Amino acid sequence: MRAPQIIFLACALCLLACEVFAQPVSSVELITNDKLYDGKTVTYSGEVIGDVMKRGKFAWANVFDGKRAIGVWAPAGLVKGIRNTGSYKSTGDKVEVTGIFNRACPEHGGDLDLHAQELVIVQPGHEVTEKIKKNEIVFAVILLLILGLIWISHLYKHR
Amino acid sequence: MILKPRLEDFKTIGFYLGKIILGLALAMIVPIVFGLIARELKPALDFLISFEISLIAGLLLTKICKTENDLNWMQGMIVVSLSWLAAMVLGALPLYFSGHWNSYLDACFDSMSGFATTGLTLVQDLDYLSLTHNLWRHLIMFMGGQGIIIVALSFFVKGASGAFRMYVGEARDEKILPNVIDTSRFIWAVSIVYLVIGTLALGVVGIVNGMKVFNAFFHGACIFMAAFDTGGFAPQSQNILYYHSFLYELITVVIMILGAINFKLHYHLWTGNRKEAVKNIETVTFFMSVMATFLIVAFGLSRLGIYPKALILFRKGFYQLISAHTGTGYQTIYAAQFLNDWNHFALIGVVCAMALGGAVCSTTGAIKMLRIGIIFKALVEDVKRVILPEKAVIAQKFHHIKEIFLEDKLVRSALLITLVYLVLYGLGAIIGLHYGFPFLNSLFESVSAAANVGLSCGITKAGMPTGLKLTYIFQMWAGRLEFMSVFTLIGFFVAMVRGRK
Repeated sequence: MRAPQIIFLACALCLLACEVFAQPVSSVELITNDKLYDGKTVTYSGEVIGDVMKRGKFAWANVFDGKRAIGVWAPAGLVKGIRNTGSYKSTGDKVEVTGIFNRACPEHGGDLDLHAQELVIVQPGHEVTEKIKKNEIVFAVILLLILGLIWISHLYKHR
Repeated sequence: MILKPRLEDFKTIGFYLGKIILGLALAMIVPIVFGLIARELKPALDFLISFEISLIAGLLLTKICKTENDLNWMQGMIVVSLSWLAAMVLGALPLYFSGHWNSYLDACFDSMSGFATTGLTLVQDLDYLSLTHNLWRHLIMFMGGQGIIIVALSFFVKGASGAFRMYVGEARDEKILPNVIDTSRFIWAVSIVYLVIGTLALGVVGIVNGMKVFNAFFHGACIFMAAFDTGGFAPQSQNILYYHSFLYELITVVIMILGAINFKLHYHLWTGNRKEAVKNIETVTFFMSVMATFLIVAFGLSRLGIYPKALILFRKGFYQLISAHTGTGYQTIYAAQFLNDWNHFALIGVVCAMALGGAVCSTTGAIKMLRIGIIFKALVEDVKRVILPEKAVIAQKFHHIKEIFLEDKLVRSALLITLVYLVLYGLGAIIGLHYGFPFLNSLFESVSAAANVGLSCGITKAGMPTGLKLTYIFQMWAGRLEFMSVFTLIGFFVAMVRGRK
């Protein structure tokens, strides 16, 4: 066996021994195979949604990857750069989190969560502007006219 | 001999149905105003269109079917069952307009789930849904929990003697006060007082937990409405897990239990008769039943060893259990974890809890504690008959507000409703099996729908077969109304086709 191959094999074995999942793992994969990933270091990426909830020196950020959202427990310093969170009015900052995955976290009452060691904002979020279709306004006006007709007929009948 | 319904029957039903629809239309003013205040113009427009459609439908029905007649029993029952279908169809309009539901059927599914206080949902990207639509999802739970008819009786029907017939048709056969309209108003008063206290408590905890002030109170109000009405909707897709808070869980447990208590018992507690809570057959049965089902769940979970400490096992196990037993459906675990992490033993405990439910005349669904208590008492009486000498006089009594003798009529009625519920649970499970889902999963989801619970093990999603969606809609509707008005409606249709003039 040549030297580069030996080095490659040794690196691969080291990685396996450390049980680090370097490629981002999806929420569905984590939830479905929670036993496999329990206690392992994983990388997970997605959009921060709702509120970033500060708890002392730490904070909770819920990160949604398009399928499910997973709670990320991170030192407050790591999440302080998060400016936008996903909601009706804005898309949230997209983050990549590396940390320890817990199937039933002993520190947090058995919650399935991720304890962040690194958190990087890969894409900032932004405000979303509402789009109202013209058809909807026309439809609302037509319905209003029909209601007006019913009201007039009611008045006419009573006279 | 079955008689064909007369034109007068249709007119009376149409007139009262129109009134209920008008009530529903007026309820849509709340999200319209909220949408304008929250500067969510598109959602406000969705609700304006839905409001106009509902108003037109209600006005046309009351004009075309105008009558001075009062409701008879048959008409009252039919008005109730049709009102719930109308509420589903019209309540789904703004949801569908939001674009967060894949089809109108999916929106109808969520609308029925909301009104029937079930909590199963097919919404897409819930975390990005507007506050206005979220308010509506929770408001329909609040209205459905008290009863759509209760809403109408409280605000729109004045002194109609047919009111009691509609009230009974909505699975509320107990009057708290002598007058049914006063009873409705009392139910609303209780709910509003708890709404204020519950929202404040959850809002403050939300702020302490690090939420923004507005979000904390908005979530507080939504979560209260869904918890007190044992519904189970939440503003975020992670349900209660979103908050990562023991205090939040504790408060929702208290609210869920309050929602599972008979409004009649609330009345007695409010008027100072606190002993009633200890003596009442429903609270005693509820306590025993929670203990028994929790033992099953705890035993099942302890064998798995997924929860590292007993306290954590209690927190996770008890929360899902009490949520199931009260018919709420709040979860602090993901749906998939029920199947992946919990064993069959623990799941059976949850299924039993869902099937049993809370108190009669509360906001819960399922068989309910009074019936379970009566059946148990009847069983004890029968055992006594076998053991004691033949000439012994056995008189079994139970305490439900007052001492009541256990009569055969009561036992028969309790057994009949229990039997119909069991058939409904089984029917949904068989249909789930037909679509290729495993037995336990099918049974879990079926009981959850029919008992208006809302816990899911993952079957309920937008991609599930249309037949299963329709099955669950039927189960939610029939389970919420406790069958009689649904059977009357079916009988009415049979009479239309096969009846004689």
